[in-house]
Amino acid sequence: MAPEASGLASRVVGALRQAAITGLIAFGLLLPLIGFNTVQNIRNELVLETRWPLLAALVAIIAGGRFLHALLIAPWLARRALRPRPEHAPRVRFARWLVPFVLGFAIVYPPLALSITGVQGAVKWIDNFGVQILIYVMLGWGLNIVVGLAGLLDLGYVAFYAVGAYSYALLANSFGLSFWILLPVAGCLAAFWGILLGFPVLRLRGDYLAIVTLAFGEIIRLILINWVPVTNGYAGVSGIPRPTFFGIPFNASDEGFAARFGLEFSPIYRTIFLYYLILALALVTAAMTVRLRQLPIGRAWEALREDEIACRSLGINTTNTKLTAFAMGAMFAGFAGSFFAARQGFISPESFTFMESAVIVAIVVLGGMGSLIGVAIAAVIMIGGTEIMRELDFLKAIFGNDFDPNQYRMLLFGFAMVLIMVWRPRGLIATREPSTLLHAHHGPLLRREPQSNGTQPSLVRERQG
Amino acid sequence: MEVFTQQLINGITLGSIYGLIAIGYTMVFGIIGMVNFAHGDVFMVSAFIALVTLLLVTTWLGIGSFVVALLIVLIVAMLFTSLVNWAIERVAYRPLRGSFRLAPLISAIGMSIFLSNFVQVAQGPRVKSIPPFFNEVIVLMSGNGYDVAVSYKQIVVWIVTAALLLVFWFVVTKTALGRAQRACEQDQKMAALLGIDVDRTVSVTFVIAAALAAVAGTMYLMYYGVVSFADGFVPGVKAFTAAVLGGIGSLPGAVLGGLLIGLIETMWSAYFSTDYKDVAAFSILAITMIFLPQGILGRPDVEKV
Repeated sequence: MAPEASGLASRVVGALRQAAITGLIAFGLLLPLIGFNTVQNIRNELVLETRWPLLAALVAIIAGGRFLHALLIAPWLARRALRPRPEHAPRVRFARWLVPFVLGFAIVYPPLALSITGVQGAVKWIDNFGVQILIYVMLGWGLNIVVGLAGLLDLGYVAFYAVGAYSYALLANSFGLSFWILLPVAGCLAAFWGILLGFPVLRLRGDYLAIVTLAFGEIIRLILINWVPVTNGYAGVSGIPRPTFFGIPFNASDEGFAARFGLEFSPIYRTIFLYYLILALALVTAAMTVRLRQLPIGRAWEALREDEIACRSLGINTTNTKLTAFAMGAMFAGFAGSFFAARQGFISPESFTFMESAVIVAIVVLGGMGSLIGVAIAAVIMIGGTEIMRELDFLKAIFGNDFDPNQYRMLLFGFAMVLIMVWRPRGLIATREPSTLLHAHHGPLLRREPQSNGTQPSLVRERQG
Repeated sequence: MEVFTQQLINGITLGSIYGLIAIGYTMVFGIIGMVNFAHGDVFMVSAFIALVTLLLVTTWLGIGSFVVALLIVLIVAMLFTSLVNWAIERVAYRPLRGSFRLAPLISAIGMSIFLSNFVQVAQGPRVKSIPPFFNEVIVLMSGNGYDVAVSYKQIVVWIVTAALLLVFWFVVTKTALGRAQRACEQDQKMAALLGIDVDRTVSVTFVIAAALAAVAGTMYLMYYGVVSFADGFVPGVKAFTAAVLGGIGSLPGAVLGGLLIGLIETMWSAYFSTDYKDVAAFSILAITMIFLPQGILGRPDVEKV
């Protein structure tokens, strides 16, 4: 009994010491910017105010968290690490039913939201959550071709999104063309820009490529801001025509969707239509990705991701391979951009900042590069999670009326990015196994072929398409 | 000619600030091979720490002497910013060392988002401006009704930058710490085998990078008199451009690159248009990366199989 008690006591003392050190560091970190606040007084001068209670509370929370971590969580993690790891088989089975389940949920989501919250609430839930998340799922899947499959880190992806959005907005406003004609046009233009911007950066690798694409993304945004005669600068483009249901507009007129189908007019029909439209576009992206992975070009992308020099030695044309990845990724961003413009009816350069690119890259990397379902899960967590912050009005009851959960959205977003990276550096679903393997066995994507007697197993076993 | 001389003076001042930030990028890239995306935001945080300290020193302690106030602000900002960057390295980058290539970059982008939003939440979204002070100028020459002037502030920026660069240069070239750092840059495993504490050396690198960023932040606040939570991104990218232009990994290159970027930016604003001055900076970044990836003073990258 005695050694156990002293062991516990020494553990508590150790945890206390760690908590004290952490608290001291937290105090130093938070003292300048939390302990003091700079505010403008009546004469418009900056003066200092102190916030000691807030500082003390935050330091106490951090030190307390560290104490609990050192006392309880760290030993538990250490014990768990010692235990033998279970095989991966259950996870594969889990993944098998996960995809149909998520797909089914995505399809029945609008009627479900409608029946639970009624027409008024459903517009918000379908538009703010459903459509918003699906746009990011589609962008994530598009960027996944560039980052996840070809291994080219693109930090300026939002530029192609902007090209798609402005293509649709400007062409529809100037020439009166319909959404269904301009959707492929926007995709083609974005792909063209992908090739144009991709061409000079082909020789660069890794971080350098990332920074140059960032620069290109910013250049496109600055041009959108400064080329006022065409883009209307900061003011943006407004009055963008909304998409029609194969020619039938969603308005209250006799020719409108509701009147044609004998329904009472309500904005919910357009919202639901937009939801299924972006769902279809996202699924097209996913289907293309899955198929492309099995084509020679998709295999070349994955080979490029794994080892560029080996790829070149094997005679793969890396220039074309990279350019197609860029163009393909950009094309889907163009589709998503024209959808975005049509849904909003108004676009401005503010929607295409570097932050958007960072969010999309974060979704792809956090989800696990190359994994479609991982990217979708990451989009739901990151976008849905930050959107839900808008709804947490009950927090006002706790923290007072000045408390606005909205301003903490991006703060938590950044924090979550760091946390997920530290926790799982390879993303939530880390299956970076190539679709095609040499001497393959047990790969989750591979179907085992029945071995015919007496013959050598083929050198490269491929997934049967 | 007058305009040119004036822009030269302004450009060198701006370039000194970029150079100080660029050293942080180049050192961190040199030692652990990552682009520390959050460095621009560390610079912004340091400017805020300097702002708080300045208000504390002038209004609460009532110190009127400019030199004493500046010295206190500089030291306090350097200390606290170093602590911030040390903590960032410890929490967000160290667990990812040796992990796959993109992980630290993503973590740094997350940290950058976190820092700018933290300052926005903690200090409010409005631009903070300090009352103008120390505004005397020396008129160097005048002609065509245009005075070429150098302000005392600009002279302070030059002196402080030059003095700190000298100290820093001494640390890196002449001390055991600097030797350990250069050893880690060349081969971390070998350095560790020879008894160098790699973790500690990396931490010290981040601390030095932050201290120089804090000098830049203090100078920025003093020179422009305004700072806002969004001021980290663009100076950060420009300083990174400076580091790349000078040759990433090379310390004199970072300073040279900073001066060049500062001069290009001010000249561009004076002779072309201010609207496109950021386009110019980003274009230089892209052009350098594409045609001169090793930079002016950098070593070419050897491709190994």
